[in-house]
Amino acid sequence: MTNLLEPGPKLRRRYRAEKIFKRMGLSAIIASLCFVFFLFYTIISDGYSAFTQTYIEIEVSFNKDLFTDANISKADFPGLVKKSLLKMFPEVTKRQDKKLLYSLISPSAAYTMQELVEETPKLIGTTQKIWVLADDDVDMLIKGKYQRDVPESNRRLKDLQLKWIDRLTAEGMLEKKFNTTFFTSGDSREPELAGILGAAKGSLLTLLITLSLSFPIGVAAAVYLEEFAPANRWTDIIEVNINNLAAVPSIIFGLLGLAIFINFWGLPRSTPIVGGLVLTLMTLPTIIIAGRASLKSVPPSIREAALGIGASKMQTVTHHVLPLALPGMLTGTIIGMAQALGETAPLLMIGMVAFIVDVPGSFTDPSAVLPVQIYLWADSPERAFTEKTSAAIMILLAFLIAMNSLAVFLRKKFEIKW
Amino acid sequence: MFSYITPCVLLLSIAAYYLGTRRANSIAAASGGMKELHSLPTHYGVFTAICSAAPALIIFALWIFFEDKIISVLVTRSLPADLQQLSANELTLVLNEVKNIAYGGFGAGHSGEAVQAAAKTYNLLSEFASNLVAGLVIVACIVPGCIAYKKITKDLRARNIVETTGMAFLICCSGVAILTTLGIVLSVLFEAIRFFQSVPLTDFIFGLDWSPQTAMRVDQAGSSGAFGAVPVFAGTLLIAVIAMMVAIPIGLLSAIYLSEYASPTFRTWAKPILEILAGIPTVVYGFFAALTVAPLIRDLGSATGFTVSSESALAAGLVMGIMIIPFVSSLSDDVIHAVPQSMRDGSFGLGATHFETIRYVVIPAALPGIVGSILLAVSRAIGETMIVVMAAGLSANLSFNPLSAVTTVTVQIVTLLVGDQEFDSPKTLAAFALGLLLFVFTLLLNVIALRVVRKYREQYE
Repeated sequence: MTNLLEPGPKLRRRYRAEKIFKRMGLSAIIASLCFVFFLFYTIISDGYSAFTQTYIEIEVSFNKDLFTDANISKADFPGLVKKSLLKMFPEVTKRQDKKLLYSLISPSAAYTMQELVEETPKLIGTTQKIWVLADDDVDMLIKGKYQRDVPESNRRLKDLQLKWIDRLTAEGMLEKKFNTTFFTSGDSREPELAGILGAAKGSLLTLLITLSLSFPIGVAAAVYLEEFAPANRWTDIIEVNINNLAAVPSIIFGLLGLAIFINFWGLPRSTPIVGGLVLTLMTLPTIIIAGRASLKSVPPSIREAALGIGASKMQTVTHHVLPLALPGMLTGTIIGMAQALGETAPLLMIGMVAFIVDVPGSFTDPSAVLPVQIYLWADSPERAFTEKTSAAIMILLAFLIAMNSLAVFLRKKFEIKW
Repeated sequence: MFSYITPCVLLLSIAAYYLGTRRANSIAAASGGMKELHSLPTHYGVFTAICSAAPALIIFALWIFFEDKIISVLVTRSLPADLQQLSANELTLVLNEVKNIAYGGFGAGHSGEAVQAAAKTYNLLSEFASNLVAGLVIVACIVPGCIAYKKITKDLRARNIVETTGMAFLICCSGVAILTTLGIVLSVLFEAIRFFQSVPLTDFIFGLDWSPQTAMRVDQAGSSGAFGAVPVFAGTLLIAVIAMMVAIPIGLLSAIYLSEYASPTFRTWAKPILEILAGIPTVVYGFFAALTVAPLIRDLGSATGFTVSSESALAAGLVMGIMIIPFVSSLSDDVIHAVPQSMRDGSFGLGATHFETIRYVVIPAALPGIVGSILLAVSRAIGETMIVVMAAGLSANLSFNPLSAVTTVTVQIVTLLVGDQEFDSPKTLAAFALGLLLFVFTLLLNVIALRVVRKYREQYE
């Protein structure tokens, strides 16, 4: 007779299967959690260094004979920078070596000088110590992203340049400082000059259009479908339609935007207005579905009470149901906006991939958006753009996390348990 | 130049609202109390505001839409006869030049006098027209507003009018979804039909060679343009299959663990973290795939003696699978939750272990829903763009080797349409043909999946 307290071989096998299955489930979850952490780890470890930038201090003497022309911008600022560099390294005489020396400093140094002089013309005739941006190769070396021990021919920086950089570092004339350029300028071909302000502003303008169109339309559609629509075929078609639109690949919305908004209506390419329209159509299903769910959660007794004391159907909805459902709708809208903020593919279709240096000022200026900027930088060959890309991703993710936390907060704060 | 019109209309309609409400109040006071009015005073106010804003906004919208066409026609008429004789394309060029000069752009130096004169006409016309329209809009705002104000009496059924208008607005808004679908179908279909006029449908669907670069000039060598989409479909399928091989086991197992085994505290922590994966923008995944995963796989391959392309299907598929995990897991989680507890209790009562209950009771009961969620995930994988654009290849190889580079439908659409395009070459039209197929295919998957899920939900509700 089998002992019930001593599990037999069959029972033991069953228990083992149970244990294995449970462990498989747990390891699946742990695997996906690991993916999340690995992703964040690579991006943060790659990108945090982009928030500092290497600067080099040079001593510039603004000789009076350089500024003979009344128009300051006509003065030879690049020459000025070169002269100052040569004065710091008098031993450099060969043409080739001079070229190497000049390439330590970002081409923006000349503009920095020009801005300085235009701001305070009193500088003319004096000698100043000025911090200017280093070239992106120098920056990469200082941040440890270039190895020093590879053969010289495989290196972007030659032995001579390394020697100069070491001397500058030892003399305290080469320092990492907080990278303000990254937050205050638009895109650039030079990694050390590239910033995300243009893309961030483009994203803001695009989202403004999206929000101002999709929120009212989405709420109105949700109210109609949930509160007023008669149960007939037309309503059914609309419902099926919305559910399907929610699952249409986003790139198809880009094709729609290209064919209708740009080619048929003639709206300008690469602008926030077209981007906003396309993203509106894309986020509408999300907002409508969330809005309907939140309308559904308002108990019928509220409606019956309002109707019972003589409110019209429209008054019932606008005075009682809608205010109660609004927090839920707002949550859905914020989630839809977060989705729109991270969307790239449809914007590629409507030409928002152009290289745009200027920060957009209005809805009809060509502009980039944050995710497209990430895509463009990820495609750039310069090593220094990799950390910029990661930094831009960190900023995008920060916005997304902020938006989603706001949605969660709203839901927690205004959630009513009936 | 029109930026002041909208605020102006807004201000006028707010004024109309206050005036209408005040008039209704004074009528009520004169005729013996609020109960004498048909509607609430605010209804009269909203009625007046709608009457003043609606016609003005309609005129304004019509003008924005037709402005360019009307002015172009007028300017063309003012051109000298020899310029008017030009073909349609050349005329467009002339008109563009006129506009450029009118906006103070380039080209001013070396264009003919006729064009310069036309530019002046253009400027005059558009200035005159914008003044005219601004005036019209203001008139269209004030006159109907005044009429409505005069019409306010205690018997006017203002509430009914306002509510009907509101209803019409609601219906219009819910129609936007239909219009969007219609817009997608029409825009994609028309261009696709134009494509199939130059490339036969059978060549497109069964052709084994995809190289969409057509020659710009007749004498150019090496680019005849071949539009056989089979390699593109095969690549899409390969990457989607790899993605599903990652997403289905991990997603399903995590859903089962979370809903059946996990303690509530573990669940409240793990679930949001899993959902982070769904909230990360796809461009981030693309960057991750191209710069971290692809080199990792390539190095791993070369260490073990495989030749791995640096744009391997494996890297793109793997990362896409990670992206899809939360779709599979959260949808399956919902379905598993919907299986009634009594079924589990019955199984436990017969002496089954937890695993056996899941294996023989819960999963068979939830199967239709799980299949639906997997179908939705597949349609996601097929339509996903950024990961493959950044991490998969461009050249269309007909290969099922996950270590080689393949291309997908979405990658081809992006490469064909990004940059300068001419809208009559088969090269750009091919993108729309691919888009049509993508749309139809994902639509089919979605319809089936939604139907399956819906039917299943009703079963236990």
